[in-house]
Amino acid sequence: MTTIHFAGKAYVCEPRQTLLDCLQTQGAMVPSGCRSGICQSCLMRAQEGAVPSLAQQGLSPHRAAQGYLLACCCIPEGEMTVTLPDTQGLTCAATVLQRVPLNGDICALRLHPDSPLDYRAGQYLRLYHQADTSRCYSLASVPTVDDYLEFHIRRIPGGRVSGWVHDDLQPGDRVMIGEAVGDCVYDEQLCERTLLLVGTGSGLAPLYGIVRDALSQQHTGPIWLYHGSFVAQGLYLQPELRALAARFPNFHYVPCVDRESVESQAWSARVMTALDAVMADHRSFSGYRVYLCGHPDMVNAARLKIFVGGASMSDILADPFLPSGPS
Amino acid sequence: MSLYEQLGGDAAVNAAVDIFYRKVLQDARINRFFTGVDMAKQAAKQKAFLTMAFGGPNNYTGQDMRRGHAHLVAQGLNDSHFDAVVENLAATLKELGVSDALIAQVAAVAETTRNDVLGK
Ligand SMILES: Cc1cc2nc3c(=O)[nH]c(=O)nc-3n(C[C@H](O)[C@H](O)[C@H](O)COP(=O)(O)OP(=O)(O)OC[C@H]3O[C@@H](n4cnc5c(N)ncnc54)[C@H](O)[C@@H]3O)c2cc1C
Ligand code: HEM
Ligand code: FES
Repeated sequence: MTTIHFAGKAYVCEPRQTLLDCLQTQGAMVPSGCRSGICQSCLMRAQEGAVPSLAQQGLSPHRAAQGYLLACCCIPEGEMTVTLPDTQGLTCAATVLQRVPLNGDICALRLHPDSPLDYRAGQYLRLYHQADTSRCYSLASVPTVDDYLEFHIRRIPGGRVSGWVHDDLQPGDRVMIGEAVGDCVYDEQLCERTLLLVGTGSGLAPLYGIVRDALSQQHTGPIWLYHGSFVAQGLYLQPELRALAARFPNFHYVPCVDRESVESQAWSARVMTALDAVMADHRSFSGYRVYLCGHPDMVNAARLKIFVGGASMSDILADPFLPSGPS
Repeated sequence: MSLYEQLGGDAAVNAAVDIFYRKVLQDARINRFFTGVDMAKQAAKQKAFLTMAFGGPNNYTGQDMRRGHAHLVAQGLNDSHFDAVVENLAATLKELGVSDALIAQVAAVAETTRNDVLGK
């Protein structure tokens, strides 16, 4: 049992209880979303006390050194004093350049940040609708290739932030964005390994960035990209991906749809889920570097099958697109 | 030299964690206890488990083991499941070329936690 000091009050923290649970169950207002270290809604900063390393796993070394932590992953080891971060210092303004539809419910949003954003292809950041309403979106752009930031945003029925992006944002509008985080990135040290990328829906966004990053760095091993969609109309960036596959013999693009249609035939899409296609095409995943992005159910199922199929846990990088909160 | 050092310390734990976890997830006798647990986090817990079983440095008390497995005991966790875990552990070490004598020592360490894990 230990004591947590927050906003002028002391809270009792039970053994093995997370900082987030400790504060929220005792009535403190701390934002949260995924509760599993992904969405960064629960970002806090330690002013005093030791910060467990697990609580800083998803943060940049720079932020970790400043005492930032994720409350949902923080099991205090002793007394701590924590604060909510001042988002002003963590955000940057950007101008909307373009918003273009990619398919019926996904649009590409291009931004120009006021100061250059330090990021790697495949990372994600928070886009702010209002100071207290933000969501995570993955970068589809590549810093060394594109001179804008690009996101692929799917409209969620009744969604506050995705609805605002689709209905309200116009070129010239000013928005706030957070820092780029996440470890779904290309590692140039692994240039000979097989890369396997599996995404559903707008989960293609980070994968599109990672693939282009890998190709621009002369990745020599095979690269397999599976994009799954319920219907053929949900597939997007097909011409671009087919052109890349034609140009780079080591890059294989496999579109997959759950339901057959005239379009799916015309585009020779596989009629099965992306994960089923992956399992049919690969006998063992030993030595593979794997990236999984999009629907959380797909990500979890794929992680299990691909791990049991021989990939090392540390080689499976995943961004489940969990609801980000706070709502 | 301690058991943990003889086995190869942290490097041995890292080598064993994937193999052991893969076995557990494929073992129909016990995998139901592990589905639904966040796998990425679970990997860190498997590491904690192996470090403990290898007699390495850890700060878990018997009380922690009781609390950590109580929800599983409520789901029916019993001696047969415990034995299955120890069996998978031994098979993992065998695969890594560890001697039978050391494997027996690891099984003995795991045995000391039985009552706490099973909430007896
Ligand atoms: C690491 C990470 C990366 C992400 N990257 C992307 C990305 O690149 N592109 C992208 O489009 N999204 C991405 N998301 C999801 C995104 O952050 C938002 O959760 C999503 O846009 C919904 O926000 P909203 O404000 O529109 O809806 P909200 O107002 O938050 O939700 C409205 C309602 O819809 C429900 N809901 C929320 N999400 C979903 C869903 N996926 N399916 C069905 N119902 C849902 C909510 O529970 C709520 O009832 C990512 C999420 C994470 C955690
Ligand atoms: C052999 C003796 C055992 C030891 C030393 C042991 C040790 C541990 C440790 C250290 C953790 C991590 C706790 C934490 O940090 O939260 C853990 C978690 C867990 N153990 Fe064990 N364990 C043993 C037996 C078992 C058995 C027999 C089962 C089931 C068949 C099991 C299933 C689990 C599960 C599912 C978790 C994760 C719980 C959760 O996060 O929900 N363990 N164990
Ligand atoms: S990262 Fe903690 S709630 Fe999502």
